[in-house]
Amino acid sequence: MSNLQSIENVNVNIDGIDILVPKGTNIIEAAAQANIEIPHYCYHPKLSISGNCRMCLVEMGMAMKDRTTGQSIFEDDGTQKVAWIPRPAIACGTQASAGMYIKTKSELAKSCQEGVMEFLLINHPLDCPICDQAGECRLQEFATDYGRGYSRFVENKNVKPKRTILGPRVVLDDERCILCSRCVRFCQEVIKDDVLGFVDRGSYSTLTSYPGKQLDNNYSLNTVDICPVGALTDSDFRFKMRVWFLKRTKSICTESSVGVNTEVWSREGEIYRITPRRNDEVNDTWMADSGRDIYKQVTADNRLRKAKSNGVSIAFDEAHIRFTEIFPMGKTAYVGSSHMSVEEQFIFKKLIQENPGPIFWVNNKGEGDGLLISSDRSPNLRGAFITGLINELPKDNLDGLLELMNSGEIQNIVVYHQDITQYGISPALLKRHNVLYLGTHFNKTSDVARVAIPTLTVFEKSGTFINQQFRLQKFAQAVPGPVGLMPDINTLTRLISILRKESEIASSLPLIWSEMNMQIDQFKGLSFESLPDSGVLLDASAFDKINFPEVQSLHFKPNSAILAK
Amino acid sequence: MATEERRMILEHIDQPGYDNSIDCYIKHGGYEVLKKAILRKPEELCQEVVNSQLRGRGGAGFSAGMKWGFLDRKSGKPVYLICNADESEPGTFKDRQIIYKDPHQLIEGMMITAYATQTKLAFIYIRGEMYDGARILEHAVEEARAKGFIGENICGSSYSCDIIIYRGAGAYICGEETGLIESLEGKRPYPRIKPPYFPAILGLYQSPTVVNNVETLCHVKFIAEMGGAEFAKIGTPNNTGTRVWCVSGDVQKPGYYEFPCGAITLGQLIYEVCGGLNPGRTLKAVIPGGSSAKVLRAGERYQGKLKDGTEFDWTLDDIPLDFDSVSACGSMSGSGAVIVMDDSRDMVQVLGNINSFYAHESCGQCTPCREGSLWMKKITARMADGDAREQDADLLLSIAKQIEGRTICAFGEACAWPTMSFVSKFKEEFSEKAAQQKSTQHPLV
Repeated sequence: MSNLQSIENVNVNIDGIDILVPKGTNIIEAAAQANIEIPHYCYHPKLSISGNCRMCLVEMGMAMKDRTTGQSIFEDDGTQKVAWIPRPAIACGTQASAGMYIKTKSELAKSCQEGVMEFLLINHPLDCPICDQAGECRLQEFATDYGRGYSRFVENKNVKPKRTILGPRVVLDDERCILCSRCVRFCQEVIKDDVLGFVDRGSYSTLTSYPGKQLDNNYSLNTVDICPVGALTDSDFRFKMRVWFLKRTKSICTESSVGVNTEVWSREGEIYRITPRRNDEVNDTWMADSGRDIYKQVTADNRLRKAKSNGVSIAFDEAHIRFTEIFPMGKTAYVGSSHMSVEEQFIFKKLIQENPGPIFWVNNKGEGDGLLISSDRSPNLRGAFITGLINELPKDNLDGLLELMNSGEIQNIVVYHQDITQYGISPALLKRHNVLYLGTHFNKTSDVARVAIPTLTVFEKSGTFINQQFRLQKFAQAVPGPVGLMPDINTLTRLISILRKESEIASSLPLIWSEMNMQIDQFKGLSFESLPDSGVLLDASAFDKINFPEVQSLHFKPNSAILAK
Repeated sequence: MATEERRMILEHIDQPGYDNSIDCYIKHGGYEVLKKAILRKPEELCQEVVNSQLRGRGGAGFSAGMKWGFLDRKSGKPVYLICNADESEPGTFKDRQIIYKDPHQLIEGMMITAYATQTKLAFIYIRGEMYDGARILEHAVEEARAKGFIGENICGSSYSCDIIIYRGAGAYICGEETGLIESLEGKRPYPRIKPPYFPAILGLYQSPTVVNNVETLCHVKFIAEMGGAEFAKIGTPNNTGTRVWCVSGDVQKPGYYEFPCGAITLGQLIYEVCGGLNPGRTLKAVIPGGSSAKVLRAGERYQGKLKDGTEFDWTLDDIPLDFDSVSACGSMSGSGAVIVMDDSRDMVQVLGNINSFYAHESCGQCTPCREGSLWMKKITARMADGDAREQDADLLLSIAKQIEGRTICAFGEACAWPTMSFVSKFKEEFSEKAAQQKSTQHPLV
């Protein structure tokens, strides 16, 4: 923070509005602060300045000052006299400095915008109705806002390759490409996998991958996101749905503890794609390709849609009753999950209090990529610490549980989400115990469960996760869950209320939060509704001693929790 | 005014018995200036160049002394010197003469420049098509290195600097200094955005870099030899030294001719030096400084005031050949390529030819030039093909205006100016094309 304070703020006048910005801010960003749109294609806030599209040309001037006295010179009407530069300047490459004047709507600026729009369109196919980008195309939008509205081009358009397979997930239509080089710069600068480039010259320039190479890294779909036109398309999503039919829901990627902010695009209860949502502290504007596939679990064949008892479908109410019948009988062990939301973990702890027993946790270790996938492949391990379910890192196995099972010390096991047969516990051994399973999908553990209660995926409910930085982030329900299914918090509270023979206890997110911020120090003053989209960094000092497994990634340093203090 | 050449740069070139070996160069007094210059203080030499008022010969005519003065000395980064030998402006063939026939003159000029600017390493970026030129330069550099004029401890001094010959891959844009630098770094020659990438601050490998034309560097030798003040006496104030004019087109004796700046007029160059037009032909137009310079039409009158306040009233023939006078007439002396056209030329075809060059050579980085240059080519090609429309002339002007001043590099102007000048000065020819079009109605109108 001390860094930021040392940067001098300067006043820039854009279209007559004085804007105070840190010196060096580029004019596109400065204008955005005053809600002035400067159209642009090649500029991207997270990539280097290329200055090639020329769409952001503006008129620039400097306040006139008397050379000898340094006094400002004024017009007759008392306004500052400005020395306007006759040559337009690119807003993206112009850095704010004191006394700068910018016109984005002057005759010159308008003529530049019209000119560039016309040039971009002359060789671009004007077949928007059949283009997949329609509805989210900057070319389409700016053509309407800044273009002439008619074409003066009567020559033949250039012909370039169509439907080029750039990689396993990206398809390129070169005719639509406006050569802004965003994708090229992304590959060079962000993922350091320099596979894209231009061949040929002038208007015949063509985007392609290097001979013998493919755009096949796990971040390739970001090029589709940042492509301002319909040139790069997602082979999974292309031509499946018009974007204006899709509803956008803010969500969090559950692929790893990075907690990438996402947007889930759905229509009529069906998810069509997931794209990254900008969070400068977490994922900038990027996300991994693998995280975009997670929505497919919603409709997966092994989805648990009905409650089961010993493998037979039963009604939900009956499942709840049976659960509460078995649960108090004998000693119970618990296997929790870092895939549960903070709220679910909080209520789960309450359930445990009904029949206290040892709590086990599986770790979801995987390989980190140093960018946006961490080695903890679960979204909410930190939540389990904060809610007090665990106080040390989960082990690689469940040997503790195995011991208890073999010694006959426990009779019941409540398992949330996880398939514990993968952690060294045989189905045969499980069968000899009363397994009470809550989860989204069936697996070898749910198969042998006395009662299996289906729960909702992250896309079908709302809640919060705590990522590797101890950043509390919320996600919202994008689509309804399978018929009859309740959100996990409601399922858990119902189980508790049946056990207590009480009428239903608090089960809405606001109510849980008002309870949580009284009981959990780190949540003091927070509420679900007021939690900003960018999340809130929690006080992690209580967990300083814990050696979390994640290594450095885009916006995470292993000791950042300690530094944050 | 005399029409006798004053050959400085070209003094030995084409003389019987003169070859491009180092022995021949030394026999004619070569490398003596370097030997003396290396004993002087570098700042002194830089000051001589400032005093000489030498202007760059590559096209823009920017003050060489000032360019060197911009070098960022505070960064602590090494300084590089690049000789721009990517001579590719259509109509220009002066650097080629120096490289092929007197390479040591360039090397001597370069080493003096390198010493004056305290360059760590120097490069000659030579146009890819000049294969033999690169071989000749490589050989010459080896010869000079063997004799201690290049490399460690030049002429026994404590100063060391080497020259590396680098061949381009055949693109006009590599003549643009930041495009050249990108190419030299092994990338596509996309010109850089300025600010912040001014070569003198963030040039080759993000270090301060001087980029000078071949002829400019050769002049440095003469400045070191005779002193800046003496050099400035050649030519006219602010237009000092000699220039090599490359004359091509419809004259009887095309070729390269060296004169002090302002010593002769365009008319003298065409009619006296180059033997005039072909029999029976009249002058129609002249491009005075390479294909990107605006065309001058025979019969035009140029009136106005020069920078020093003197009023002028010239016909095409009266224009003195220097930097400022040609600029005052609305064009530029550019790279010194004078292209002469007589009345047999169809201006639409000429422009079509120029436009097809620029459409082919546009690097494709920024939108206006990339799309505009090809569009203008397509229009002029269609017009020349007999399918012109009445509105095409105005459309061409409008496209050119949409390019000029809005691009990353000066290529935008280079491709816009021919169209702007040809169409506005020969509008009737463009209109006539529309009148005699093949089809009575354009299918798309």
